[in-house]
Amino acid sequence: MKMNDANYAWAIEVEDLTVAYADQPVLWDIDLQVPTGVKMAIIGPNGAGKSTLVKAAMGLVKPVAGEVRIFGRSRDGAEGQIAYVPQRSTLSWDFPTDVIDVVTMGTYGRVGWIRRSGTAEKMQAEAALEQVGMTDFARRPIAELSGGQQQRVLLARALVQDAPIYMLDEPFQGVDAPTERAIIEVLNDLAHAGKTIIVVHHDLQTIPEYFDAVLLLNVRAIVSGPVSEVFTEENLRLTFGGRVGVLAASGAGEV
Amino acid sequence: MTPELQIVLIAVVTAVAAALPGTYLVLRRTALVSDAISHAILPGIVVAFLLTHDLNSPILLVAAAATGVLTVFLIEALFRSRLVPEDASIGLVFPALFSIGVILISRYAGDVHLDTDSVLLGELALAPFDQMVIGGVEMGPRALWTMGVILVLNLVMIALAWKELKLATVDPGLAALLGFSPVAIHYSLMAMVSITAVGAFDAVGSILVVALMIAPPATAYLLVDRFAPMLWVGAAVAAACAILGFAIAYALDVSIAGSMAAMCGVLFTAALLLAPRRGLVAQARRRNSQRLDLGVRMLLVHLLHHQETEAEIEECRVPSLHRHLQWAESRTRQVVREAEQRDLVSRVGDLLNATAEGKRLAEVAIVGEPTG
Amino acid sequence: MDLFGDYTLRLVALGSAVLGATSGALGSFAYLRRQSLLGDAVSHAALPGIVLAFMLTGSKVPLVLMLGAGLAGWIGTLAVQLVVRRSRVPYDSALGIVLAVFFGIGLVLLTHLQKQSNAAQAGLESFLFGQAASLLRRDVVTMAVLGTAALVILVLLWKEFKLLSFDPDFAASVGLPVRRLDGLLTLLLVVAIVIGLQTVGVVLMSAMIVAPAAAARQWSQRLAPMVVIAAAVGIFSGVAGSLFSSLIPRLPTGPTIVLVLSAIVVVSLFLAPHRGLLWRSLRRGALRAAPDLDPVLMHLYALSHQHPDDPEHGHSVAVIRTMSPPETNVDAALERLADRGLAQRTAGGSWAPTPIGRREARRIHDREAGEGP
Repeated sequence: MKMNDANYAWAIEVEDLTVAYADQPVLWDIDLQVPTGVKMAIIGPNGAGKSTLVKAAMGLVKPVAGEVRIFGRSRDGAEGQIAYVPQRSTLSWDFPTDVIDVVTMGTYGRVGWIRRSGTAEKMQAEAALEQVGMTDFARRPIAELSGGQQQRVLLARALVQDAPIYMLDEPFQGVDAPTERAIIEVLNDLAHAGKTIIVVHHDLQTIPEYFDAVLLLNVRAIVSGPVSEVFTEENLRLTFGGRVGVLAASGAGEV
Repeated sequence: MTPELQIVLIAVVTAVAAALPGTYLVLRRTALVSDAISHAILPGIVVAFLLTHDLNSPILLVAAAATGVLTVFLIEALFRSRLVPEDASIGLVFPALFSIGVILISRYAGDVHLDTDSVLLGELALAPFDQMVIGGVEMGPRALWTMGVILVLNLVMIALAWKELKLATVDPGLAALLGFSPVAIHYSLMAMVSITAVGAFDAVGSILVVALMIAPPATAYLLVDRFAPMLWVGAAVAAACAILGFAIAYALDVSIAGSMAAMCGVLFTAALLLAPRRGLVAQARRRNSQRLDLGVRMLLVHLLHHQETEAEIEECRVPSLHRHLQWAESRTRQVVREAEQRDLVSRVGDLLNATAEGKRLAEVAIVGEPTG
Repeated sequence: MDLFGDYTLRLVALGSAVLGATSGALGSFAYLRRQSLLGDAVSHAALPGIVLAFMLTGSKVPLVLMLGAGLAGWIGTLAVQLVVRRSRVPYDSALGIVLAVFFGIGLVLLTHLQKQSNAAQAGLESFLFGQAASLLRRDVVTMAVLGTAALVILVLLWKEFKLLSFDPDFAASVGLPVRRLDGLLTLLLVVAIVIGLQTVGVVLMSAMIVAPAAAARQWSQRLAPMVVIAAAVGIFSGVAGSLFSSLIPRLPTGPTIVLVLSAIVVVSLFLAPHRGLLWRSLRRGALRAAPDLDPVLMHLYALSHQHPDDPEHGHSVAVIRTMSPPETNVDAALERLADRGLAQRTAGGSWAPTPIGRREARRIHDREAGEGP
């Protein structure tokens, strides 16, 4: 049951969000408004809290303060609104399964408890594979995939959810040029269809080409907005040039 | 020497001898190798026994040490083949070897002191009855001599290879760079573990060896921060486990080895809870004071962001603060009160304002202490 | 006399089969989640539970003892989690501590019991090494009921457990209650372990969890077949082990089952297709024996080096032909390489090495350069 969320102005609203690990803040008082249908990049140096922000938006970590709203509604009821593409490196790729199976896993939230995924889900998975150009690999064990292939599979898994919002964490990391092009094409198609795309990105060069909006993050939100306005050298220096924001007083070295 | 004193001495010597190599195992995150080795050396001992028919022969020690090293070698071969993950490699090798040992005992040595129960459990209580006799004079329990020698061997080995072992444990990359053969160090450590396990077998059995190798060093790990102290504290804790364990076993008339293992658990739990900085109690206390501190700083950062902006009227009003920050009202009140007490905010009617000091603290919180 | 022997043997075989199936199935998940040694810790931690259950209830009804074992094992897993989450003690040390300390407490309780009555603790001691011969009908019934329940839950929640094991973060993102599922799966593992304690004993139970899964993993690239094969391996080893141990005198059951398992694992490691060691060396041998394949693969490999960012960049057959001696049947060689999974067709009729093909080529290169396999 999809509400007609596409009409709501803001896909994601983050308000006063602070996230801390062991009492060390990794995100400070973040305010962010993601317009529906935008392609937004999140950039910042290492340790800036980019992955944490994604996880907080996904509801995977609990904030110490502030909140996240999805299409104006509380995060808690918003399962299935965001399709997640995690960092490739966090998965164990020697798991015994094949490509089509991984993609079908994207339907598990829809299928519900105990019931098996059926023909409808299988067809959706195959369609998603076709979109990312991996149809020939459907039965390939995932242990045999290259980096670019792995990334495409994870994207297909997200596509199958047909969610209004997509969040991708470093999808272009260590991926070959054709795969990068293929992924961007898919993302553009999604954006054309009115989906909201948020990507944690590491390559500053490609931001003006790939994205409409950008958030510069370094523990706090330095600035966010349209790329043309906000992606300036000054702002970049503010984000990357200064120290990574760490609480000086608490003295704990490790997070 | 009374039998009780003999037993305590054996226990203490065994405990210390085990805790020393155990420290390296804990730090290298290969603690369960001790479990694997202490079980897997069984077939080595049995074969040596069947060949020599002498339970006291030093050949047993050598055979067991060799089997221990073989065990580690097999585990690594399995892991390096990339067919089996590391933890499963351990879980495959030692039960197989142990089973071979048990079957050998059962078939060929069933009626000897080397029975399966004592293998696991040891029998410290019987140790005084097995005296080392030299020239017709009783020189003390054989187990004490054996473990004493092993303890000395371990100490010597650690002293001789101090730098190499420490570096290989704390910084393996650097050690390799400096030309210390990691393989040699690794296998010498494993040999030390095997020999210790064998010596301790007779007295305390395999399970207690594991307890003594892992728990006291882990306890020390919670108490100290540098490497050398960890060794000595670990040894001291191990000795304490031995003495206390024996006391309990004596009082309640139960298994000595089991009591010692249980005491290892008690002391470890005590450290887990009560260690000065890392203990759970200390953590909880610190967390409480930190939470309040963090709350104040979050409040200041929030004020810094929103005061003197258009949204100021809305965001900095005391009553609406708790909604923006998504805090319980009581917490909001507590934090505001603390901030006011520390002169970090001033209140003008309903609106909160960060003072100069408050603003400075907020900026420090975000970007770290300014240099220069 | 004969009938009696047969009856006991049937019971033991049945019990071992139940045990094999559950530990094979649930062990597969533990294996994939890198929890193989957790099984070892849980088995040892169960001992005080067994003894306490007897001490408190005076009953040796298997269900009661298993409940005690399960509770103690479960508490053991919680203790491990607590230590790992709240202190800097590493995971493997936490496992070792729980394993040894709980077991030691169990020993203390056992020897305490020993003083009171010899008969009481005699039955309990069999939990150390297992004494399959002592299995009674009610033991096997209890095992079968618990085992079936565990397997049913596993099958019902199959896809949830699969996703949890593969990608817990994604699972959470689609709304699965990850913490609770994780707890449930661990609980099922504890049940599987508890079922087997009487047959194989505390010390060897961990092998029952690890070995079937390790063997099965070599034969299958997908989860369902892996679990089925693991269960089959478990059943076979259980039954065969019981058989051998009853036929040959002074062969205790637990160790025999473990040896049968270990033999199967070794055979699997060597013989399994696509992964097995024999297969690997055969393939290398076949490459050497087929003089055309080796060079063509090496050409593909060399070409792929021109595009380090793009491992799937293909090159046309024509290019490879120019690199090879004129008599070489490059097309056929490429087809055969594809059959072996060493090369793949890419867009536009071009060819590129697969990741396995690249590894193989590297190995050949190293070998030729004299650096050993």
